Amino acid sequence: MNTYELIVVGGGPAGLAAAIEAHQHGARRILILERDRELGGILQQCIHNGFGLHIFKEELTGPEYAERFICQLEALGIEYRLDTMVLDVHEDRTLDVISSKHGFETLKAQAVVLAMGCRERTRGAINIPGTRPAGIFTAGAAQRFVNMEGYMVGKRVVILGSGDIGLIMARRMSLEGAAVLAVAEILPYSGGLTRNIVQCLDDYGIPLYLSHTITSITGRDRVEGVTIARVDERRKPIPGTEIHYDCDTLLLSVGLIPENELSKSIGLALDPVTSGPVVNESMETTVPGIFACGNVVQVHDLVDWVTEEARRAGKSAARFVLGQLKAAAPELVTKAGAGVRYVVPQQIRIENLEKEVDLMLRVTDPCKNKWLVARSGETIIKKAKKAHLTPGEMESLKIPVDKLRGLTGELTLCLEEVAQ
Amino acid sequence: MKRDLICIVCPMGCHLSLEEDPSHPKGFKVTGITCKRGEEYAIKEVTAPTRMLTSTVRIEGARLHRLPVRTSSDIPRERIGECMALINELHVQGPVKMGQVLIPNLFGTEANLIASRSL
Repeated sequence: MNTYELIVVGGGPAGLAAAIEAHQHGARRILILERDRELGGILQQCIHNGFGLHIFKEELTGPEYAERFICQLEALGIEYRLDTMVLDVHEDRTLDVISSKHGFETLKAQAVVLAMGCRERTRGAINIPGTRPAGIFTAGAAQRFVNMEGYMVGKRVVILGSGDIGLIMARRMSLEGAAVLAVAEILPYSGGLTRNIVQCLDDYGIPLYLSHTITSITGRDRVEGVTIARVDERRKPIPGTEIHYDCDTLLLSVGLIPENELSKSIGLALDPVTSGPVVNESMETTVPGIFACGNVVQVHDLVDWVTEEARRAGKSAARFVLGQLKAAAPELVTKAGAGVRYVVPQQIRIENLEKEVDLMLRVTDPCKNKWLVARSGETIIKKAKKAHLTPGEMESLKIPVDKLRGLTGELTLCLEEVAQ
Repeated sequence: MKRDLICIVCPMGCHLSLEEDPSHPKGFKVTGITCKRGEEYAIKEVTAPTRMLTSTVRIEGARLHRLPVRTSSDIPRERIGECMALINELHVQGPVKMGQVLIPNLFGTEANLIASRSL
């Protein structure tokens, strides 16, 4: 059997950064397994700018961000295999792998990093009524067709969902000559960055309908029209508010779900809110030696934070291989309190922290001027003032290790009012 | 004439209003801002808005059919249509290196059209 110190499942931004960081912390014999025809993951189709402001201090496109990491990986001589699918990962860190080139194989690793990323929610996941013609795409699938394969997906387009991918595709389709008729968002606010609303919708005169959803799709072989309507507070369509668009294409940008089929087959504990594995301060899952990072753990909005998280996972995996990571029960479990939807990592082993723990979280609703507070029982461990919070932007709270020593039980993150 | 804008300098997303005001040193009166950068953004956005443009061009002799490209710096927003027309006419021959200049000095400016990956 082929044995490695570290096997990384997935060659997107998380897998690349984890492998490079593990190498820099002393791991050798590292292998990345990637199912696509090239490394870089979803970055290769994200040809727009806005990547790398935190990691590289300059504004790059997705392919440029990916190429910087791929060059580094090749310079270090880290091995990778393309067109290779991981079928199963076992608790003893053996992996069942299949590819046209090598057939079926079982590989063995001392440590595994899971970096499979996420998938888009589809029409089936959100139950849109109407017929089932061609011309309905997830925004990411359309992005791959247009930006990489060179196919235009339609001429008259309606977009459901105002997440960043939907907004970016509204601009992209307009630039390529399509008429983008409307973007409908079921929530009363957009999950996308304001910058994208200004530069992708306003620049091209595309209307954004908040609190609207699709009530009907018509067309037998190809989409012929889409009807949207305003929704009430319970997200039910309000009769009489319908707007009909004659169009040939509907793009869906209605959320992303971490891709955890492998995590489930290993039997990792999953967090019901993030849909990703429960991880500790070292990005290690509930099975020792199996780490996870990037969108498989929680859906990120900036690739820069994926890179940071993946570096932590890669470094920890190297420490595990070299016997430097201390195996112990976690002293602290993080909890989402008032106004907070989730916290990652879910577990903290204080002994393994070097300087601080970086808690990542999302809030439940948009709000302004709040304290983000970490409490252990009644005691405030750390608090930070936040001028602006929105569910679309991940927040973080760094807590120095000195403030955590001696604590046990729950560490709760919540939002509290700022006294006037 | 009064113009309403949403500031995109930081995540606060301030709602700004801007009015021409000859008595003001910068020629505009901006309200709704909470910082200095908001005023700068608003005046630039109204007088000379610029954008980075990203797209793809046809490539032959490479593994894929499309090469992603971008402008090396911002270009005037009103030039985006003309720039797309140039991009649509462009056919390049692989191999290409990331950062390679495909069209120099777009519209006589300092901005070049460059490849955003090696292919």
